Amino acid sequence: MGVEICVEGLTKSFGHQVIWQDVSLTLPAGEVSVMLGPSGTGKSVFLKTLVGLLKPEAGAIRIAGTDITKLREHDLYEVRKQFGVLFQDGALFGSMNLYDNIAFPLREHTRKTESAIRQIVLEKMDMVGLIGAEEKLPGEISGGMRKRAGLARALVLDPEIILFDEPDSGLDPVRVAYLNQLIVDLNAQIDATFLIVTHDIASARQVPDNIGLLFRRELVMFGPREQLLTSDQPVVRQFLNGRMQGPIGMAEEKDAAQVEEELARLGDADLHAPKAEITPRLLPSPGITRPPRWEAIARREAALNKAEVADA
Amino acid sequence: MSLSPVGALKHSGSLFAMALDVVRTIPRRPFQVREFIQQAWFIASVTILPTALVSIPFGAVIALQIGSLTRQLGAQSFSGAASVLAVLREASPIVTALLIAGAGGTAICADLGARKIREEIDAMQVLGIDPIHRLVVPRVLASMVVAVLLNGLVSVVGVAGGYFFNVILQNGTPGAYLASFTTLAQLSDLWAAELKALVFGAIAAIVASYKGLTAKGGSKGVGDAVNESVVITFMLLFVTNFVMTAVYFQVVPQRG
Repeated sequence: MGVEICVEGLTKSFGHQVIWQDVSLTLPAGEVSVMLGPSGTGKSVFLKTLVGLLKPEAGAIRIAGTDITKLREHDLYEVRKQFGVLFQDGALFGSMNLYDNIAFPLREHTRKTESAIRQIVLEKMDMVGLIGAEEKLPGEISGGMRKRAGLARALVLDPEIILFDEPDSGLDPVRVAYLNQLIVDLNAQIDATFLIVTHDIASARQVPDNIGLLFRRELVMFGPREQLLTSDQPVVRQFLNGRMQGPIGMAEEKDAAQVEEELARLGDADLHAPKAEITPRLLPSPGITRPPRWEAIARREAALNKAEVADA
Repeated sequence: MSLSPVGALKHSGSLFAMALDVVRTIPRRPFQVREFIQQAWFIASVTILPTALVSIPFGAVIALQIGSLTRQLGAQSFSGAASVLAVLREASPIVTALLIAGAGGTAICADLGARKIREEIDAMQVLGIDPIHRLVVPRVLASMVVAVLLNGLVSVVGVAGGYFFNVILQNGTPGAYLASFTTLAQLSDLWAAELKALVFGAIAAIVASYKGLTAKGGSKGVGDAVNESVVITFMLLFVTNFVMTAVYFQVVPQRG
């Protein structure tokens, strides 16, 4: 079972520049959460702060009850063994082939025999569809393969928490769909707590249990998927619909008057439009035995679909 | 590098903090034997040839200077003694330091810097592995060992080069040159030089690792880091060399 992450009043700044402040949220154990936000709002910084790579100026991050912002470096390394992190470019070790990369955490942290390691590594490589590429060096493969290899490496220690830093950046839509399916399948199989940092709206609509939105140096909203998808908050609506009209500007934020005008021009049509349709959730692949949590989700989805069909 | 005094202080502070971390981490098990051997071999392979090639003309220059100086002073019988002393005490640790920093340190810095900007170091930390323990300590120890060995090599090649220039090219007397070897130099000179080389090796590797691990801003950042690491290492090495020489003269009684 995954571990709950509880963030309270977290503030991070570089020098005088505040990245975000007073971020409080709880990532429920075993659930999939997505952190959205326009580029440059410190999503990756948030992720790095969660694993203790960056120290926040204020606030607490409780992982299974321990506040990791107060831990000493040495203890932090112990806590981090519960984490699996998929970095943007996979962050594979350039001097090792894929097999050694994925075997690396096992060789460093466990006393497993080489044959036991081989079994685990091949199992994870199979999971992400990389069988046959064991001998390849990270420089010789495509970005998508590097991402999947990074994911396999993040999985070998059976983490309680998995963090994804833009899993969909630089991938084609088909691969993004496969990766999303992989994420959902993984969640059903290993039951860890997932946090996905992204700005891909399509994934954010389909995959998570919870969505959060970072904008203008603060957490605008964090809550269950349905709540965000049906929210009236201008920032949330603008971002989830990927349109220009709204508070989010090209460079930074826009001034209030312009936002008013744009929203007015967008018209009542938008404000009084039926609540934005909730995209059906992505469910684990048929072959995978679903734990009770996913059974419940599947039943709810089925009920919703039936209701929609009835409406039509 | 920032030019403000606060920035400079901050950098020196974190450099020393990392040096302390390295010292504290050295005893931690398991020791990374493989990484240590690989790095020692790597540093040796990039430094041996240039070191030998640099130390021949270095020995020659010293021999030329001393040869003409002793002739002017009418003390030709001491030319061997003086050139051994110069090579052993100063020339060989400095040549070693320059090459360890210039060839070994830059390679370490570029390697770690490239890993840093590719987020490999972050990934390693997230996998629960301390890069100081896994990467820096083996590099520092390897660089120290190689520096000590190189210092021996430079001494031998330098003295041989000095002999060649003094005896064969300046028509010195071989017997007098060899006989005066130990009139001024003593065994403790060699130990002091080896100790210097050990410290220089540590400084070069620590500065290079620090600069590599704090590189930022893409590939340009790595280039800058390498550049800065060489400059900082050289400054530190020459200061350390001065201090260690001064202490040596206070502590060890001199001959003659």
